[in-house]
Amino acid sequence: MNNILIMILSTLGAIFILIASFGVFKMPDFYSRLSVTIKAATLGIGCILVAAVLYFSDFSVTTKAIAIMFFLLITSPVAGFLISKVAYMTGTKLWKDSLMDELKDDLEKESNSQQKTEKEN
Amino acid sequence: MLQNFLLNILLTFVWVALTGQLDYANFLFGYTMGFFILWMVNRSIRANTEYFYRVPKIFAFIFLFFYDLLKANFEVMKDVVTPNYNMKPGIVKYEMDAKTDFEITMLANMIALTPGTVVIDLSKDKKFMYIHVMYLTNKEEFKSTLSNRIERKLLEILR
Repeated sequence: MNNILIMILSTLGAIFILIASFGVFKMPDFYSRLSVTIKAATLGIGCILVAAVLYFSDFSVTTKAIAIMFFLLITSPVAGFLISKVAYMTGTKLWKDSLMDELKDDLEKESNSQQKTEKEN
Repeated sequence: MLQNFLLNILLTFVWVALTGQLDYANFLFGYTMGFFILWMVNRSIRANTEYFYRVPKIFAFIFLFFYDLLKANFEVMKDVVTPNYNMKPGIVKYEMDAKTDFEITMLANMIALTPGTVVIDLSKDKKFMYIHVMYLTNKEEFKSTLSNRIERKLLEILR
């Protein structure tokens, strides 16, 4: 029973990471690539860590695995946020079929109002 | 709130010390037992019972979060494996109820790990959040599910 669970979890983790790497290749633009990789990597590593915990069933391994998962869940979204923000600010384009871009509209409004105040001054 | 939590931890350690088994099951068992004992005591003296409603909410939220994470992965997996694209990406402006920096950080973390979404930017007055959504069928529907499903529950826990 335990063996089967370990097999299922480690296989699932490997498959998630494999699919994330396919996603990097297949997705059309930068932002969807980013959202594919953040989630899949977190979940895949989580599955593999749980499998490792079940395999060793040892106190020190368990605490290390929990610490790794905690820091992964805390740090990977922050890294993704920073990467996406930098990408947007340096002008990476959205996919051609994107429905809307409300950030661009707001940024244009802001720069227009700034220019107006500069002229008035 | 904090007092109850510390008392609960203390009761857990007392339980672990008395039974003498240093494993996770025993810690968990001691924690739940301490939780129920403290609950009964606090109910009888009509003290502040906020802690006892918050802990079940936290666990419910963690389960919801992992369910969402799994669902997001299967959705994205389907799109990666099948040859054509069936996604409708877009950047949505979302008005947050979260006020402090900590609340905003936690909300951004949750959004980054749930279905096909990445936070791109915050507005300067920290009122709006710009989210890149991969499966944007209906903008209003997306906003309402986000605020009802994730943000409200998160703020109930944090506040």
